[in-house]
Amino acid sequence: MVEGLIGKKIGMTQLFREDGSVVPATVIQAGPCVVVQRKTLKNDGYNAVQLGFVEGKPARKVTKPREGHFKKAGVLPTRILREFKVEEGDDLKVGDQLLVDALFKERERVNVVGTSKGRGFAGVVKRHHFRGGAATHGSMFHRAPGSIGASSFPSRVWPGQRMAGRMGNERVTARNLQVVRVNGEQNVLVVRGSVPGANGSYLLILKPKTRNSKPET
Amino acid sequence: MNLMDAVERAQMKSDLPDFGPGDTVRVHVRIQEAEDKFRVQVFEGVVIAVKGGGTRASFTVRKISFGYGVERIFPLHSPVVEQVEVVRRGKVRRAKLYYLRSRRGKAARLKELRRVGVEILPPEEAPGKQAPSEAPSEPGK
Repeated sequence: MVEGLIGKKIGMTQLFREDGSVVPATVIQAGPCVVVQRKTLKNDGYNAVQLGFVEGKPARKVTKPREGHFKKAGVLPTRILREFKVEEGDDLKVGDQLLVDALFKERERVNVVGTSKGRGFAGVVKRHHFRGGAATHGSMFHRAPGSIGASSFPSRVWPGQRMAGRMGNERVTARNLQVVRVNGEQNVLVVRGSVPGANGSYLLILKPKTRNSKPET
Repeated sequence: MNLMDAVERAQMKSDLPDFGPGDTVRVHVRIQEAEDKFRVQVFEGVVIAVKGGGTRASFTVRKISFGYGVERIFPLHSPVVEQVEVVRRGKVRRAKLYYLRSRRGKAARLKELRRVGVEILPPEEAPGKQAPSEAPSEPGK
């Protein structure tokens, strides 16, 4: 079996528990995914499947080489292709469909990988949670980074010094999110808490390899 | 296909009566007393606000309890709110009745709304659920 699926972040909402408490939740359109290519130890040096994320309509704007790649697999072109590791003896074939409810169950834990929202060139307060200075009372130090090191020694800035710079728009993994709802018919996965990225961005939903993958109450 | 709607709609109640600000309601609240002991408490008062939409909608009920004003905010679609009964329709001209907080006694009264063609049964005649109104519309929308 595959260790994950491709999904799309739909948005956040809240769900009620039976006792009336509210759970923050993210709705993810998870799959269906289709196997586009099988990578084997013999051919490629490792075992994996390449999955395509099947959306409402097949992808337009497919490049010629990719068109051929899909044609060879005999599946409709998809916008997103991602590779997932599989075990040696796995019997997934090209063209196989993968659905959420086969892979994930409620109360299980999952990792969700996405691309965080880009914040552009961000200052040190936003980027590294520096405290900044007082806004008033004659303070002339507001959001500046302050000292970035000593003087004559080392006469340079130490590597790793936290400064302003590009923030966000990078791969982020939200780990051990609890699955609260799985709907196989609508390909919906609802997880507790937030997930990186903007609504509509693509995600990878993975089974965690960590110790906490057991179901929880 | 809107997946967000599908997830939210599954949470929402469809059997809520049509009520809004100014109405006097009896809210049946489920209270957990022990592990598996539940009891229903009724909170009766005037709806002074209905806020939000979808699953997040909530309403505020105000009553005077032993001389003190008490307000409770209920999430409209919470499973804890078992039932909402409309006791009386109030005639009001605004959506939020926060001005009632600064009034007491006679000044805090609301006129009853008498709509033509809409029969509102007094609570002792209305069995459980509220009498049907013109359309099962969502309050606050």
